[in-house]
Amino acid sequence: MSAIELRGLTKVYPGGVKALDSLDLAIPDGEFFALLGPSGCGKTTLLRTIAGLETATGGAVVIGDRDVTGLQPGARDIAMVFQDYALFPHMNVTDNIAYPLRIKKVGKAARQQKAAEVGARLGLEQLMDRRPGQLSGGQQQRVALARVMATQAQAFLFDEPLSNLDARLRLEARTFLKKLQHELGVTTVFVTHDQAEALAMADRMAVMESGHIRQIGTPAEVFQRPANTFVAGFIGSTPMNLLDGVVRGDTLEVSGCKLAVPQSAEGLLHDGEKIVYGVRPEYNVYSAGPVDGSLGGNVSIVENLGASYLVTLDVNGVLVQAVVPEGHEPLIGDEGYALPRRDRALIYRDGELVPA
Amino acid sequence: MAQATLPPEVLDDAKARRYSADAAGLGRLRAGAFVAPALALISLFLVFPALWVLYLGLSNYRLTGAAAAAPQSVGFDNFVKALTDPEFWNSTWLTFEFVLGSAVIGQVVLGFLLAWIMRDRTGPLKRIVEGLVILAWILPSAVVSFLWVALLDRDDGTLNTLLHSQDFAPLLDHPMLSIIVFNTWRGAAFSMMLYGAALGNVPPSHLESARLAGASGWQQLRDVVFPHIRGHVLTNLLLISLWTFNDFTPFLLTAGGPDGKTEVLAVHVYQVALQGGELGYGAAVSTVILLINLVVAVFYLRLLRSKK
Repeated sequence: MSAIELRGLTKVYPGGVKALDSLDLAIPDGEFFALLGPSGCGKTTLLRTIAGLETATGGAVVIGDRDVTGLQPGARDIAMVFQDYALFPHMNVTDNIAYPLRIKKVGKAARQQKAAEVGARLGLEQLMDRRPGQLSGGQQQRVALARVMATQAQAFLFDEPLSNLDARLRLEARTFLKKLQHELGVTTVFVTHDQAEALAMADRMAVMESGHIRQIGTPAEVFQRPANTFVAGFIGSTPMNLLDGVVRGDTLEVSGCKLAVPQSAEGLLHDGEKIVYGVRPEYNVYSAGPVDGSLGGNVSIVENLGASYLVTLDVNGVLVQAVVPEGHEPLIGDEGYALPRRDRALIYRDGELVPA
Repeated sequence: MAQATLPPEVLDDAKARRYSADAAGLGRLRAGAFVAPALALISLFLVFPALWVLYLGLSNYRLTGAAAAAPQSVGFDNFVKALTDPEFWNSTWLTFEFVLGSAVIGQVVLGFLLAWIMRDRTGPLKRIVEGLVILAWILPSAVVSFLWVALLDRDDGTLNTLLHSQDFAPLLDHPMLSIIVFNTWRGAAFSMMLYGAALGNVPPSHLESARLAGASGWQQLRDVVFPHIRGHVLTNLLLISLWTFNDFTPFLLTAGGPDGKTEVLAVHVYQVALQGGELGYGAAVSTVILLINLVVAVFYLRLLRSKK
């Protein structure tokens, strides 16, 4: 078990595409770390570069106290779960789990015992003689995890570990993976494009965009204080309201409404400067009657979220969303007012959070 | 797919049977008329000659002389003669050497190596290598045979001219080795293309998984690549074994010589039937070759079926 450190890691593909642009990242020993971002942001390339499946163009990968940048994947003492699990179809579960041990020339009896031990821990006892083709998706995933566990590697890498499971199983597997990682205490990096997955599982996470890390932090930090408008728009099951505004003395003017300056930005704004006002729909308090310092308009869309409703207001041509508890949802065309919580609203100047 | 467009309840049993027998709705006569030209050609050029060879094998038909005018049935005499003729057995043995050396080992290994080396490459090098290998495969036999003779000939061969020597004569000193090398060069393209396609089907994550476990190149081949392409290997072996078994091109290089050292079965049949004039005997040998081919094919197909 070891920490992972990236120093100025750069990957340029032939043809000049810069997939990773001088990344610095430190993942302490035992942490469950998520790499999150939209497709093409470089998160998978980053994972594969840590694994050694891609060669870094510049910079260094340090695992534990070893610089592994120039080492072959097999020499880095890491194990990886692939998106498709990469189980060998012609081997049974035992042989699949024991494969890395076989390559390391562990004796047959010893490696079969290890496979049985790890398999039993993941509830695979009854399946050890089956081929991967005879297993369900969830079972295949557990075999892939067992193979990784059997290696006793310094660090684990998971590439979109949940994306091949159906929706219900995914929630179960999410809880299972998090519990397993905490029990094992092995430094684990996983890649996902699903922000809910990253928020739910990770101890800390990095949000990436086109080869850059845009924010590193705990899920709570990233959710509550996105460092820039990109992260603000990407994180959250309903996207944050990002509204253009202007500072007018002690207040803000946002699409024709007068709003109070959020607590976090008090005293940091200059009269007349242009800002972006950010507030999550969950932090907008909705009311049917006029309220001071709120965004007022007409209801244009009402979406059912289950236990609550997502209400979209048309505020002088700008769309503002608020989450309304069930039973209080308005009708389309109604007048409505969204009052942002001053302790949760955020101000962005030139796309960056104030204060940074 | 006429059935697929109909709702299932419309298809009672009788209708289903009618549709499956006449999917296009042409009626038997018109459908038959469409296939008739193809059937006629196949009968004329494949079925009839095959049956004719079976008949000839039982007769004393000759190219010239009295037996050419009025052939007589001789029962299984030709077959007995073939199976007791040391020359026939010599040719059979040479054919096995030729198939084993040039197809099973030469083409399979060279073709696979080329496909394996080229698997991740793109760009001009790959195109040039593939182009040259395929060129060796698609050029007419007469042309490539002439090129090889021109290269290897003792008297005025390119090789001897380059070496300023007069005594390097592989076609005379190592005739079997020469035709094995020649046929490996000539046929590797097919195996290369087949393995190239097969390697494309090996999931990259499986190879990467093995690499992460620390598997060497050979271990990756053994544990990941070969299990995935086993079926392709057997199909490839079946096809090139049979093609090589019946290949007549060595004759263009060595004419079966020197001293019968390269007289493989295809050449042997030509020698006895057309040079020796014994058409009946030649037909009998051909029938035996056909039987050997069938045995080889059944052997491979069995292996292929026991895949799982």
